[in-house]
Amino acid sequence: MELRVLLIIAVSAIFLNNFVFSRVLGICPYIGVSGQMDSAIGMGMAVTFVLTLASIVAWLVYTFFLAPTTANLFYHLFALEKPPDLTFLNTIVFILVIATLVQFVEMVIQKTSPSLYKSLGIYLPLITTNCAVLGVALLNVAAGYRFIESIVHGFTAGIGFTIALVLMAGIREKLELKDIPQSMRGTPIAFIMAGLIALAFLGFSGLKLM
Amino acid sequence: MSLLKEFSKGIYTQNPVFKQALGLCPLLAVSSTVSNGIGMGIAATFVLVCSNSIISLLRKVVPKKIRIPVYIVIIATFVTITDLTMAGFAPDLYARLGIFVPLIVVNCMILGRAEAFSGKNKLLPSIVDGLGMGLGFTLALFIISAIREILGNGTFFGIPLFGASYEPVLVMILPAGAFMTIGFLLGLFNWLENRKQNKKSAV
Repeated sequence: MELRVLLIIAVSAIFLNNFVFSRVLGICPYIGVSGQMDSAIGMGMAVTFVLTLASIVAWLVYTFFLAPTTANLFYHLFALEKPPDLTFLNTIVFILVIATLVQFVEMVIQKTSPSLYKSLGIYLPLITTNCAVLGVALLNVAAGYRFIESIVHGFTAGIGFTIALVLMAGIREKLELKDIPQSMRGTPIAFIMAGLIALAFLGFSGLKLM
Repeated sequence: MSLLKEFSKGIYTQNPVFKQALGLCPLLAVSSTVSNGIGMGIAATFVLVCSNSIISLLRKVVPKKIRIPVYIVIIATFVTITDLTMAGFAPDLYARLGIFVPLIVVNCMILGRAEAFSGKNKLLPSIVDGLGMGLGFTLALFIISAIREILGNGTFFGIPLFGASYEPVLVMILPAGAFMTIGFLLGLFNWLENRKQNKKSAV
């Protein structure tokens, strides 16, 4: 049963609720970095990595510090009468944790693997203000996912984002050679292509998962 | 006089959406009806004006190296205030905007103004700059959501515009329609810009 639930989360995060085409999250880097295939793959990998990590960390912080359940550490630490409800701090705490995490990951990668840093490093600072990362943390909380479900959701959302980026980069590399009206070149035509791909992805909404 | 310039630049010459391509995620996601668009615009403007003024007041205190985290915390504070206020007083709108209210934190327009303007300027110009940019953003949201609502739903602010025989273009209220609308609008603004420059060079 458990595996089935995870599979449903995975398929829906990649195709049905694709972060770019259906939830419309992370558009700025999507349009900004999809010009070339190499950078699209690098950015996709970096986003997948950070989304997974952010899901893990946000789940831990939420469950043990913010949520009004008996698992809340403040409840035990201060021997409170009932679990404290700190969920109004969600936004501030999540964005701080994510910003710190990205900075930390960047430093670790720089020290341990210079080659990986060379391919991912320049994209990491951009990711802090990528709304997909804060979005995945908030969506996990809103959906009430448990630990493993959160990780799977974060990871597959990243895969979905990567697929969207790579599809787009492939098309945009071809578009470079085409005769497009002067004013539509660059970002405008990229948006129209994204709209057409989103239409195609709409076809997945016919999938029956349950 | 210069204050007026700070205010008006956000509306057309440096419009955050059409000229700088900032803050696109909320723009695409919540522009399916005009009331959603205006609601989002007002919320973002409120956060922008408040964070701009606090950042401007603190500009000499905040060390250069940690300015970005400080800005983010200030912005997140105002976003939380907006979030709770909307949940309390406009629950319908709050439910429709969903996670895009807390996501105002990562709207690059707001952090962009902190970095480019209010971190370097006095209080009054910063407030005026925030108001102008916020208004420009709201205006962009209004244009896009009006196009999408009229074509996709046949209504404007929920009021039916056409007779019963009107077939709504369903795709316009889906994310795909949002991408295409903004693509064509950006193209239109580029075209206007190009035409202006061509005229100049012809003279």
